[in-house]
Amino acid sequence: MKVRKLLMIVAVAASLVFLAGQVMAEPITINWWHAMKGARGKVVDNMIKAFNDSQSDYVVVGTYKGNYDETVNAGVAAYRAKKQPHLLQSFEVGTQTMMLSGAIYPVYKLMKDEGYTIDWKGYLQPVLSYYMNADGDLMSMPFNSSTPVMYYNVDLFKKAGIPMLDKTTPITWDEMGEITAKLVKSGVAGGLTCGWQSWTQVENYSAMHNIAFASKANGYEGLDCELLINNPTVVKHIAMLKDWMKDGRFFYGGQKFQGPTAEFAAQNAGVYIDSVSQIAKMQATVKDFNWDVAPMPVESWMKDPQNSIIGGASLWVFEGHNKKDYKGVAALLKHLATPEMQVYWHKETGYFPITLAAYEQLKKDGYYKEFPYQEVGIKQLTRKDPTKVSRGLRLGYFIQIRNIINEELELVWNDTKTPQEAMDSAVKRSNQQLREFEKIYK
Amino acid sequence: MIKRSVFSSRTLPYLLILPQILVTLTFFYWPAVQGLIQSVMRSDPFGQHSTFIWFSNFTALFTDPLYLKSIGITMFFSISVSTVSISTGLFIATMANRALKAKAMVRTMLIWPYAVAPAISGILWLFLLHPSYGVVALGIKRWFGVDWNPVLRGSDAMFMIIIASAWKEISYNFVFFMAGLQAIPKSLIEAAAIDGASPFRRFWTITLPLLSPTLFFVTVMNIIYSFFDTFGVVHVMTQGGPGGATNILVYKVYQDGFIGLNMGGSAAQSIVLMSLIIVVTVLQFKYVEKKVQYTG
Repeated sequence: MKVRKLLMIVAVAASLVFLAGQVMAEPITINWWHAMKGARGKVVDNMIKAFNDSQSDYVVVGTYKGNYDETVNAGVAAYRAKKQPHLLQSFEVGTQTMMLSGAIYPVYKLMKDEGYTIDWKGYLQPVLSYYMNADGDLMSMPFNSSTPVMYYNVDLFKKAGIPMLDKTTPITWDEMGEITAKLVKSGVAGGLTCGWQSWTQVENYSAMHNIAFASKANGYEGLDCELLINNPTVVKHIAMLKDWMKDGRFFYGGQKFQGPTAEFAAQNAGVYIDSVSQIAKMQATVKDFNWDVAPMPVESWMKDPQNSIIGGASLWVFEGHNKKDYKGVAALLKHLATPEMQVYWHKETGYFPITLAAYEQLKKDGYYKEFPYQEVGIKQLTRKDPTKVSRGLRLGYFIQIRNIINEELELVWNDTKTPQEAMDSAVKRSNQQLREFEKIYK
Repeated sequence: MIKRSVFSSRTLPYLLILPQILVTLTFFYWPAVQGLIQSVMRSDPFGQHSTFIWFSNFTALFTDPLYLKSIGITMFFSISVSTVSISTGLFIATMANRALKAKAMVRTMLIWPYAVAPAISGILWLFLLHPSYGVVALGIKRWFGVDWNPVLRGSDAMFMIIIASAWKEISYNFVFFMAGLQAIPKSLIEAAAIDGASPFRRFWTITLPLLSPTLFFVTVMNIIYSFFDTFGVVHVMTQGGPGGATNILVYKVYQDGFIGLNMGGSAAQSIVLMSLIIVVTVLQFKYVEKKVQYTG
């Protein structure tokens, strides 16, 4: 028995050595560091496996490096030590830092150099535009993209006698006021709550109403931009939410998603604004009531609302590798954008497919007939071509700026500041950050 | 005359302490020097654009009202955590020292929380005190009508992180006080009791002075703990919010440096933090230690 076991081990070891020798001789390893864990991580692994099985020249190795911050920091440290991976997943707020880093190989250039002619028109424009430079060239490959939508509790709506919401035409904020009033009157603890308040109530609110978030086309056209969020429209919106807090039509559940999701799941809120990527979690956790998804509300004067903007992350290619390696990276990016992979990605994670071909495929397959709420976000995102101020945000130290906006909003919610004071202060503080950032690259 | 063994070789002693020196240099001095260099530079995270800017990072810090506010918050937090955990630890130790039955078990149970990592402690307390899903929070809101909301109100959030941070440290203090108490001769206390001193007077005039070396040590450790190790608690419970009300210095370094990738600014903050801790410790050793009575 023991001898047999030993023999087996020797045999396995020998074959491993043999295989390893072959690997070193033949295919080129491509490293991809990402921030997708759990179910999403498995989907990424499967997509990598499909690529590895489809050809024998390259072996892609995907490595989970922690959450977004940790992954970016791992990339920074690796680059400084000259051990950078080929591909790094970085979140949307880090776009400006990555773009200016001088450490990356722009995706449009990589694809051109490797002989791929890609019709970028065949991609979802509001997704691409977030990662383009001022000349409209794509700097990084969009990977996981989401947008905020509105979740509502169907049972509570029925109880309060509110008709169900349309999945294409957004309601107005005035109607939202009436709906939440009815909800509160029918005995629900609170009307509306939202996650990621800066992203949903300031960034996306501005984009959908075609209001500039920052000067210089939201920072796309120069580092010397300044924030403009203390404009009357945004301030009025914040003041309205603050006003709603008095009678419980709106309440604050925390900066990120944990608190607000818990409130919605506990039926303390009838309406909840958050990313489409919450759909999968909602399907898994909410069992005791029915819910549905609708586009985010817009102001009544905005007859033809703009697209919403995305959140999520994209894939950056690091410079400093061999020409041969880049051939593999380009092939991988091409593989990830195939309709087959994109359909799989969308179905499993809820993140958007990035090509129109994949979107058409999903429509043709009847996927959205079966899961109509999955299409709400994508319709809201693509309802109009992005303008200069609705295509995205390109700000240095954006993480700090979001933090500042979050802080100032909290000071509104807890009666420390008026909406105007808070937004003025947010602009002033953010501009200091922008000036600091500008100095680095002078 | 003092007996000591002397090395005949001059190089051997240096050779023997070399490993320790190497470890200290690599893991303590090298990063500290790196931090110092980084703090006088303005640079991007990838290290492609760096300029030497003297002390601009520091002047920027000290002209930022929010940084000064963060110092104030840290002081308040640190003093509160130390006071709560030291007084409770001392109280429990005194009680446990008098316990007759199951003394060993009581002690063991009380030491447990120290084995809990700060982040886990934060999660535990969050499950109790979070306004949306905290068991205790829901209870006090429903039955006592307290409008408890640490997500919205800074003072509530501060209270929450103080409790979560102090809770863990109580065990640590308890262990040391317990050891200190057991070193105090019973005869002294009994003699005082015979002379008619009340339990409080006995504690105040005998136990406490004899416990002062422990108290001093524990105070230094608690302040250092509340400055640095509480990061996990803040990260899990409040992320510095709401409205920056719990943004203690060490969390701000993390936010600006690790998340925000502002290398120069966060390096300057760590240097300030380092100096602050040096000053606190020196002051304690210089002034407080003089009043400490060491026995023997």
